[in-house]
Amino acid sequence: MQPTDLIDNQNLRDDIPDFAPGDTLKVYVKVVEGNRHRTQLFEGVVIRRQGSGVRETFTVRKVSFGVGVERTFPLHTPVIDKIEVATRGDVRRAKLYYLRDRVGKAAKVKEKRFN
Amino acid sequence: MATKAIVGEKVGMTQVWDEDNRIVPVTVLRVSPCRVVQVKTPEHDGYSAIQVTLGVRDESKLNRPEAGHFAKAGVEPGRKLVELRLDDVSEFSVGQEISADLLSQGEHVDVTAVSRGKGFAGAMKRHGFKGAPASHGAHRNHRKPGSVGQCATPSRVFRGKKLPGRMGAEKVTTLNLMVVRSDPEAQVLLVRGSVPGPRGGTVVIRDAVKGD
Repeated sequence: MQPTDLIDNQNLRDDIPDFAPGDTLKVYVKVVEGNRHRTQLFEGVVIRRQGSGVRETFTVRKVSFGVGVERTFPLHTPVIDKIEVATRGDVRRAKLYYLRDRVGKAAKVKEKRFN
Repeated sequence: MATKAIVGEKVGMTQVWDEDNRIVPVTVLRVSPCRVVQVKTPEHDGYSAIQVTLGVRDESKLNRPEAGHFAKAGVEPGRKLVELRLDDVSEFSVGQEISADLLSQGEHVDVTAVSRGKGFAGAMKRHGFKGAPASHGAHRNHRKPGSVGQCATPSRVFRGKKLPGRMGAEKVTTLNLMVVRSDPEAQVLLVRGSVPGPRGGTVVIRDAVKGD
């Protein structure tokens, strides 16, 4: 409970799915070009979630044309149209920075098996 | 001098989104309606100002001079009495209520408050001195202010020399903060940027006097 909750609660989104580091996300980002709007897909592995409340952010990493691209979004930003969880990852830590040093198959996150 | 002013309470800082979906850092100020207790005019008092009170206080907890002051004005006693210096006080009358709708979105304001007290602070913290090196022969003087002056001439330390001492707990005004949102119903005012003082501290908000 924060004293600024009276403002913060208005800005929290309630359409954010549960996701954790290691999950593969499809983030649909709203892009404004001049006066045209369109949505752009950014798909990759969540390597970090940090902060709390309106200030919470998450970072998605993908490898695009052989170059690693990381994008950090505020969790509650209106820029995000919607978030879809593609797969759940089986990881043992909260911050997956080790993925940056790996290439190819080693950079893959194991998918979680539910038995 | 300002043309309008109001008293508030600092709630804390947070962030909101603007219309371009960018993050705006804001300070939340609670602005409950305040009641005019006294109007000071140049003819009668030598300067123009209004004295306001905010909140409520149990009448039995007032001392006699305070009780008399509120009784004379016919105003319900409040937590605090604050004087707001204004150019023109002719529109104000005793008993009148001022609320957050005084200020609208996009306006620029100055916010005055008493800053957080830092206690007895050294020259590095208080005046931004560099201190001494961390190594290379520096011996027990890492945060000391160094020399305070010359030698036999003038054989004294000049007045106003920046030295360690009490820091903070002084009246500070932050100029030209933009009003991001004004919500009289929620009694809340959002200004862009930071404001002096601790959370819960009393702040005076007036329209910007210097422009930008």
